[in-house]
Amino acid sequence: MRKLTYADAICEAQLEEMAVNEGVFVVGEDVDIAGGVYKLTRGIMERFGPKRLIGTPVSEEAFCGLAVGAAMTGLRPVVEIMYMDFILMAMDPLVNQMAKIPFMSGGQFSMPVTIRAQAGVGTVEAAQHSQSFEAWFAHTPGLKVCMPATVYDAKGLLKSAIRDDGPVLVIENRVLFYEEEEVPDGEWTVPLGKAEVARVGTDVTVVSLGYTRRKALAAAAKLDGEISVEVIDPRSLVPLDMATIAASIRKTGRLLVVHEAPTRNGFGAEIVRHVIDECFDYLDSPPRVLGGADLPIPFSPSLEKACIPQETTIANAIREVCH
Amino acid sequence: MNDLTRNQKCEMFRRMVTIRRFEEEVKRLYRAGEITGAIHLYIGQEAVAVGTCAVLRDDDYVTSTHRPHGHCIAKVFDLKRTMAEMMGKATGLSGGFGGSMHQFCKDKGFLGGNGIVGGGIGIALGAAFSAQYRGTDQVTVCFFSDGAANQGVLYECLNLAALWKFPVIFMCENNRYAATTPVEKSACTKDIAPRAAPYGIPWAICDGNDVLDVYRCVSEAVSRARAGQGATFIEAKTYRVEPHCGIIADERNKDELTTWMSAAQDPILRFEARLLQEKTLSADDIKAIREEVEKELEDAVEFARQSPSPTLESFATRRSQSYA
Ligand SMILES: Cc1ncc(C[n+]2csc(CCOP(=O)(O)OP(=O)(O)O)c2C)c(N)n1
Ligand SMILES: [Mg+2]
Repeated sequence: MRKLTYADAICEAQLEEMAVNEGVFVVGEDVDIAGGVYKLTRGIMERFGPKRLIGTPVSEEAFCGLAVGAAMTGLRPVVEIMYMDFILMAMDPLVNQMAKIPFMSGGQFSMPVTIRAQAGVGTVEAAQHSQSFEAWFAHTPGLKVCMPATVYDAKGLLKSAIRDDGPVLVIENRVLFYEEEEVPDGEWTVPLGKAEVARVGTDVTVVSLGYTRRKALAAAAKLDGEISVEVIDPRSLVPLDMATIAASIRKTGRLLVVHEAPTRNGFGAEIVRHVIDECFDYLDSPPRVLGGADLPIPFSPSLEKACIPQETTIANAIREVCH
Repeated sequence: MNDLTRNQKCEMFRRMVTIRRFEEEVKRLYRAGEITGAIHLYIGQEAVAVGTCAVLRDDDYVTSTHRPHGHCIAKVFDLKRTMAEMMGKATGLSGGFGGSMHQFCKDKGFLGGNGIVGGGIGIALGAAFSAQYRGTDQVTVCFFSDGAANQGVLYECLNLAALWKFPVIFMCENNRYAATTPVEKSACTKDIAPRAAPYGIPWAICDGNDVLDVYRCVSEAVSRARAGQGATFIEAKTYRVEPHCGIIADERNKDELTTWMSAAQDPILRFEARLLQEKTLSADDIKAIREEVEKELEDAVEFARQSPSPTLESFATRRSQSYA
C-alpha cells in the first residue's frame, strides 16, 4: 500500500494508458504548462512530450470537436474541461456529435473519447464555477457518465473510460483533488457500471453521488448505534448498477439519495424512479432525495454551505426516512 | 486543365450527371412518398463536390453538411447504398440509422453529413489533427455553406488550423442562401473567403459552377496540405437551385433561378459544352454516359426498394453496444 492524492491518481491513470496505447493523447486548456492548473496532467510532458499533451486556446467547442474527428480516425482522445461549467460551450460536439455518431453511422464509427471535467461545490467560486451537470449528460443517450469520489476510483474509472470505445464523461471533484488515501501498488481498473457498497448497514440505504459519499459516511458513523446505515456509491450514473442498489433496498426497505446538484430534475429522481419500478413492494417508507438548493450557488462561504447537503442535514434526512 | 486525362474528365462528368440525376430522382421519390424526412437537394452545386473530391484519395477525409448527397456520391460513389439510406433501409450506408443527413462511409473517409449547421467543422479539424498525429499525408476537406460561415466554431477552428498547420481545406460553398435568408442579409462582407486572411490562412475564390476551376483551386490547396504547409480556405461561388428543403416554400426571384440554370451557368451544361468543344468527348460519348447513369440509378432505386428495413434486433444490438 501507498499514499496517493486524487490529482495524482488522475495523472497516473493517464500516464499508464498513454504508455500502452499510442493513440491516447490529452488535450485541453493549460494542460501542457507545469502539469496543468490543478496538476492533473503532471509528468505527462516529461514522458510523452508536446505531441501527446496538447495545450489549447480557450476554444472548448473546437477542441471537443477535434476529439470527435480524432476518435473517428483512429485516436483515443482524453479531453480536459477545466471547470464543468465551461462544457456548455461544447454541447454540440458532446451531445449532437460524439453521443450520436456511433449510432447514426450504423455502428461504423466507434467514439473512444474521454471527457474529464471537474465539478464540485465548496471552493467558494460562485454560481458559474460550481455547477453539477451530471443529470444533463446522463439524460443524453450515447454518453456514459461516472463520478469518482475516492482516489482509488479516480484512477480506476478513468482507466476504464480511456479504454472504452464510446464517449465517457468523467466528472472529477475539485474539492477532493489534494485528498490523500491509501491505495494498492501498481495497476487497477474500476469497471464502468459497478456500484460500491461503501458501508454495510441494515436499516436504510443511502445512495450518494460524488463528494456527498464522504458526508454520507460521516453521517452514518454519527448515527451508529441509533440507525444502521448502508451507503452505496453508484460511481457510474450511466450505466447505472441498479442490481446493487435494489439488493440493498430489498434488505433495508428505505432509500435516501444525496447529491450536490439541485434536487429538481436531478439524478436522485432517476434513482427513485428505478427503485419504484424495481422494488416498490420492499419499501417501508417513501424514498427521498436530498439534493442541492434549486438556486445558483451563492458566493458567500456560509451561503454556499447552506446550498448543498452537509453531514447534519444528511443525518436529519436519514432520520426522517427511518421515522 | 492540362494535367487531367480524358478518363478523369470523363469520370468527373459522369459523377456530376449522377449527382444531378440522383437528386432529381430523390425529389420524385420524395413527392411519391417513397422517401420521407428532411431532404436537402444539391442540384446546381455538383461542380463543387466533384471538382473537390476528384483531387482526393480514398483515404482522405471529408466532412459534410445537412446537404450531403452530392459530397457523398462524389467521395464514396455507391449509389445503391446511398439510395438505400435515403429510404431508411438496412443496406444503406448507415444501416438505415442515419438517413439523408447522416450518410457515413468509414472505408472511403466520409465522416458524415451533419444535421447541425457547422457541426462538421470541428470534426474536420480533428481528422486533420489525426493525420498529422499519425504522420500520414492524408488531407481533410470540410464542406460547409454561407450560413455555417457565421457559426463561431468556424473561427475557433480557423485559429487552431493556422496555429497548428493542419492539413485541412475549408470549402465554403456560397450558394447564396441559408434556408430563406440571402447571403447579403447574413454576411457583413461581400466575400467570405477573405475572413481567413487575418488568421494567415491562404484563401481563394473560385467559380463553383466550373468544375475545372474548382479542381484547380483544390489541387493547389491539397498540394500545400500534403506538403505540410497547412490549411486553405476556398469559397466556391455557386447557387442552390432547389428550395432549401422539401418542406420549405421557395420565394426567390424567378429571374435569378433562370440565370443560374441557363446553359451559360448550369455546371453540367457548361462542362458538357467544354468537353465537346475541346473534343474530349463526342455527343455520342455524352449520350452513352447519360444512359449508363440512368441504368445505374434505376438499379440503385430498385436495390433500395427491395432491401429490408433494419430489424428491431439490429437496433437492440446497437443499443447494448453503446447505449447502456
Ligand atoms: C445549429 C443549427 N441551426 C439551425 C439549423 C436549421 N437549419 C438547417 S439548414 C439551415 C441553413 C443552412 O444554410 P447554409 O449553411 O448556407 O447551408 P445550405 O443550406 O446553403 O447548404 C438552417 C438554418 C440547424 N440545422 N443547425
Ligand atoms: Mg447556403
